[in-house]
Amino acid sequence: MTTLLERPPRTAAVTPRQVRRQNRLAWIARHSIAIVLAIMFLTPVGYLLLISVMTSDQALTSDYWPNTWHFDNYVRVFEVTPLPRYLLNTVIYAVLATAFMLLSSVPAAYALAKLRFRGRNAMFLAVICVMMLPPQVVTVPLYLMWARYGLTGSLTPLIVPMLFGDAFCIFLLRQFLLTIPSDYLDAARVDGCGEWRTLIRVVLPMARPGIAAAGLFQFFYAWNDYYGPLLYTSENERSWTLSLGLASFHGVHHVDWNLVTAATVLAMAPIVVVFFFAQKAFVQGVTLTGVKG
Amino acid sequence: MRLRRNLTTLSFLAPALVGIAVFFIYPLLSAVYFSFTKFDLLTVPQWVGLANYRRMADDPNLLQSIRNTLWMVVVFVPVRIISAIGLSMLLTQIKRGAGFFRTIFYLPALAPPVAATIAFVYLLKPGTGPVNTFLGHLGIEGPLWFNSPDWSKPSLVLLGLWGIGDIMIIFLAAVLGVSPSLYEAASLDGANAWHRFRYVTLPSIRPVILFATVTGVIYTLQYFDQAAVAGSIASGQATTGAGVSQSFGFPEGSTFTYPLWLYTVGFRYNALGYANAMAVALFVVALAVTVILLRRSKAFSGEDQ
Repeated sequence: MTTLLERPPRTAAVTPRQVRRQNRLAWIARHSIAIVLAIMFLTPVGYLLLISVMTSDQALTSDYWPNTWHFDNYVRVFEVTPLPRYLLNTVIYAVLATAFMLLSSVPAAYALAKLRFRGRNAMFLAVICVMMLPPQVVTVPLYLMWARYGLTGSLTPLIVPMLFGDAFCIFLLRQFLLTIPSDYLDAARVDGCGEWRTLIRVVLPMARPGIAAAGLFQFFYAWNDYYGPLLYTSENERSWTLSLGLASFHGVHHVDWNLVTAATVLAMAPIVVVFFFAQKAFVQGVTLTGVKG
Repeated sequence: MRLRRNLTTLSFLAPALVGIAVFFIYPLLSAVYFSFTKFDLLTVPQWVGLANYRRMADDPNLLQSIRNTLWMVVVFVPVRIISAIGLSMLLTQIKRGAGFFRTIFYLPALAPPVAATIAFVYLLKPGTGPVNTFLGHLGIEGPLWFNSPDWSKPSLVLLGLWGIGDIMIIFLAAVLGVSPSLYEAASLDGANAWHRFRYVTLPSIRPVILFATVTGVIYTLQYFDQAAVAGSIASGQATTGAGVSQSFGFPEGSTFTYPLWLYTVGFRYNALGYANAMAVALFVVALAVTVILLRRSKAFSGEDQ
């Protein structure tokens, strides 16, 4: 360690007072930078909020403060666009995808983390490869497969595969399950629990934060997904999700920027609410994906 | 007894195994097969050998999309990582309100990409957008952002920096995980703040930098949503209703990323054989990048820890 460090030349004696002054200046500098950055991070959303309560005429100008506050834009957007349907489709997609993913991925992750069997490493490698694969590689064959069964034009091609595991969530859950000491599982086994019973009675309660994180990831992924719905549902407007609807509003309601932004805010809002309820589990999950190097 | 145990193990893995076979191996093999055929949705695939791959060599649109994606890899990935490290270092230095700032910096990462892109197109609108209005007050003439072929990709980078939170959280955890005794030892040796960062923090978080680089490159290789939506919205005539917007790539093809062009080739021009050749090439590149991670990182090797 020491050899790596060049010793800076000793400067003339620094009085404690100067040190304190320097520290205070550094404190102010750091907090100023943080505050400026925070304002920059908040600006896009603040701006959206302001536009969303303007009249459609004012939204086209460079004013950023509403002349009159039209909170009724949030009601109107439900009346003049198919927003309720988009919202319903998005909820169906996100909820079912999350529930199905957990049903199929938790057992697989448990086996990869805690059971010994031949081919375990190969299986894990396959999961990593699927996780890393750009979805566009398999898009055309998968689309043709679903088209053969007449299921394109619906969200089915996005929901059904979740019954068969999601690579990223299997990876995340495995990383979490590895942190549970095997002693607990051995104790359950000694007591005569089968593997499924061990999973359900012993592991699930302990793995709740990991399961919450994986579930949230999947929920947010589905809620925000644009590529999947674009690929499978763009031919049938009845199946559109919020993301798809938002991207298309522009063509349909080309002048009503206030309504577009109101809808955009509505698409973001549930995510923020869910995040604040589950912040801890979520941050822990993000950390888990990258830190164990 | 042993058979029973194997059957139990299999019952845990069966759904995932079926998933990998049906939604990964099967379509991957199909893509390879289709890449050697001429094929639209209406006719039977017809074997053409390497014709699709030869066509890739002299397709100017494809070359442009490769250049665009390479640009994103070379600029976007490092900028994202450096900014995330900077932001996480700043957060570790802040005593007051660190949790508050962390939440503010993190939240945009969760915004739906479509919503975030719409916000940024509006924010960066050349005429009346607030950013250019603000720059105008400073006496600077703002660029055309999403409406300029030179500035559309930098605009996407700005949008990406807004959503930097997830990678920032990972770096933050890594930086906080560095043993305080290392810093103390360095301080005793007279190291200043920069030395401590350069010789203690950076080496300690190197595995995370590797992870962020690889996942960043993979993310960039599949970069689609923001490029598609930005092109459509900024062109002012967006309809994704038909599945493939006429304004993808706007302006002048500068936002045609590789996967966006692949999608357009497949679903607007129905050149499915050619699209699959592009898909196979994308797979080879993504696999090569993944192998780097597998060889260098313990967490991904599947070994017992």
